[in-house]
Amino acid sequence: MGLDIRWPIGLMFSLIGLLLAGYGVLNRAASLSTAGGSEININLIWGAVLLVFGALMLLGAINGKKNPPAK
Amino acid sequence: MQPIQLQWIDYTILIAYVVFVLGIGWALSRYMKTSADFLTSARSIPTWVTGLAFISANLGALELVGMAASGAKYGISTAHFYWVGAIPAMIFLAVFMMPFYYGSKARSVPEYLKMRFDERVRALNSVAFAVMTIFASGISMNALAKLLHSLLGWDYNVALWVCSGVVLLYVLKGGLTSAIYTEVLQFFMIVLGFAPVVYLGLKDVGGWDKMTTALHGVSKGNGFAENAWSSAWQPLLGGPSANPMGVDLFAMVFGLGFVLSFGYWCTNFLVVQRAMAAKNMTAARNTPLVAAVPKMFFPFLVIVPGMIAIALTSMPDKGYRVPPPIVSQENYSKAVAVVKAANAADSAAAVTAVADALGKKVDAAKVGALVAANAGGKLSDDQIQTGLYNAIAEYDYDGVILSLVKKYCPAGLLGLALTALLASFMSGMAGNVTAFNTVFTYDLYQAYFAKGKSDSHYFWMGKVITVVGIVLSIGAAYFASMYNNAMDIIQLVFGFVNAPLFATFLLGMFWKRATGTGAFLGLFGGIASSALFHALTTTGSNLDAAGHVINGMKGGYLSVVSKFPSEMAQNFWLAAFAFIACFALTLVISLATRSTKSDEELKGLVYSLTPKTVDHNLPAWQQPAFLGILMLIVCVILNLLFW
Repeated sequence: MGLDIRWPIGLMFSLIGLLLAGYGVLNRAASLSTAGGSEININLIWGAVLLVFGALMLLGAINGKKNPPAK
Repeated sequence: MQPIQLQWIDYTILIAYVVFVLGIGWALSRYMKTSADFLTSARSIPTWVTGLAFISANLGALELVGMAASGAKYGISTAHFYWVGAIPAMIFLAVFMMPFYYGSKARSVPEYLKMRFDERVRALNSVAFAVMTIFASGISMNALAKLLHSLLGWDYNVALWVCSGVVLLYVLKGGLTSAIYTEVLQFFMIVLGFAPVVYLGLKDVGGWDKMTTALHGVSKGNGFAENAWSSAWQPLLGGPSANPMGVDLFAMVFGLGFVLSFGYWCTNFLVVQRAMAAKNMTAARNTPLVAAVPKMFFPFLVIVPGMIAIALTSMPDKGYRVPPPIVSQENYSKAVAVVKAANAADSAAAVTAVADALGKKVDAAKVGALVAANAGGKLSDDQIQTGLYNAIAEYDYDGVILSLVKKYCPAGLLGLALTALLASFMSGMAGNVTAFNTVFTYDLYQAYFAKGKSDSHYFWMGKVITVVGIVLSIGAAYFASMYNNAMDIIQLVFGFVNAPLFATFLLGMFWKRATGTGAFLGLFGGIASSALFHALTTTGSNLDAAGHVINGMKGGYLSVVSKFPSEMAQNFWLAAFAFIACFALTLVISLATRSTKSDEELKGLVYSLTPKTVDHNLPAWQQPAFLGILMLIVCVILNLLFW
């Protein structure tokens, strides 16, 4: 089928990652998790993780477009 | 418990997910031209995609919720459902069985049975499978709608119809390909949505070692050896009384690891369909092997949260409890009134009255303390209600995973985790519906109702059946919400139907002498023996002091010939018994009847008559046999690590 699934996956996780990380920066107080005693801005950290994952998927999709697999 | 208030960020994440899922359906709709495109993806999909879809179709939300619950109840031994109950069967499917499914050009598992045996076996399998998928999807959607209702305060009907509507739209637009593609998206959503909960939970208990130490205390507190929750195999070696599952080694390895697991992974069209959609034979065979990689590590995502939860309950400073069963606000209000009116001097009377008002068992000491603390009306209604919530001495283990999500996730991350949960429900429903429409269209409609029509007719019918499948699932969901007991009966009956199935396939694929009559009667005999086994056995806890059966649903309603330490042990033994009965019957009846198929007809369907697939020209990392051995080694290492 003509759709490379890495495009929607990459786009969606990049978008959600940006949203989550952005929310973490702007709403620091509401983004803290105090599990285990120390405070961490989990939205910022996890948003960044999602963003990296999304970007990797997009890279894969771009690469796949440049070098289409042999039929 | 008050419903969670979602913030705009949570809704945005949820909506983004729904938009992308629908977008995939739309993007694929222009490729849907024939019934094969719609129902079988025209065998066009790359391995990593079918592999992740294979695992995602199986990863319904009931699994997420149920595995965390079992993790809490039984500890790391729950991982046997993966390491024993899945990986070996997935490898067997890839290496030995896929060549027949894919090579025979059958479009479904029932169609393979027709080619190998005859119409009767296909009819039996396809009807049972079609009914089962509808109920499976209905049960799961009912659970989702209930959850959204209790957790977010959404209306049950709206939640049910909207979620089903989304699945309908994308499956209708893009068919099986759409279901498979979204399953891949959902796979990543589930992993990335729940991973932070596990991370935060582990951090909170102080790391893996601290959690294990806490679990040692829990094990001892429950009267087991200290490693009962934290070792996978050692408690099993001690026999049924030494592990919280109440299971012995034979039942675990033969019942679960062989009969139940091979029966599910190797014959269930829901998962096999994903591999059959792969673009070529190698891709089809490697599909379950690609799936085996995440499957092996899923216990860390789905079982560990349950273990974290149980460890937390043993740490009083964490203020965590396994959630109690849901109690209506009306009953809470009644109980609050009881506490207010209670006399601290007569706490025994107060305990009974509170238990009656809540309709649940309560911890007498905690109710007593609550009444004493409130003496003179010192507590607010909310404080009393929180006290009551903590005093309920019953546990809803299915609520464990969400209680952790609620505990650890701030707004934002909460939206992500809930979206992951929604994704798991949707992937489960879409998986069932796409398997249902293929089996119904090809194995029932085309086979018995409308032979020899044009492809565009079957394409149209496939779409109609998709709508019908969703509507029936919604009906099944309402049915499940009304009659809990009826659902238990249905699941029980399907247990009977599924238990013997693998024997039929094993003999069919590896013994050319197996006949249609042998398979058909053997399958029936196997189903009947499992029903009989259930009617004659029960669990020790299902007998009252006089030795009478309490609940016939748990077996023993004819007579009690044997009793098992737990329901799980009873199920595993039932499966083993049904398999042996079906195997023996098929064998004997086949020998007594004449085969109606010539060797030529059985080519590509039976092991000894099929040319072996040649893999030597492939690089090692693409050879199913090599990959299978590799997966097996990794799986053994995991078992040894958690020995």
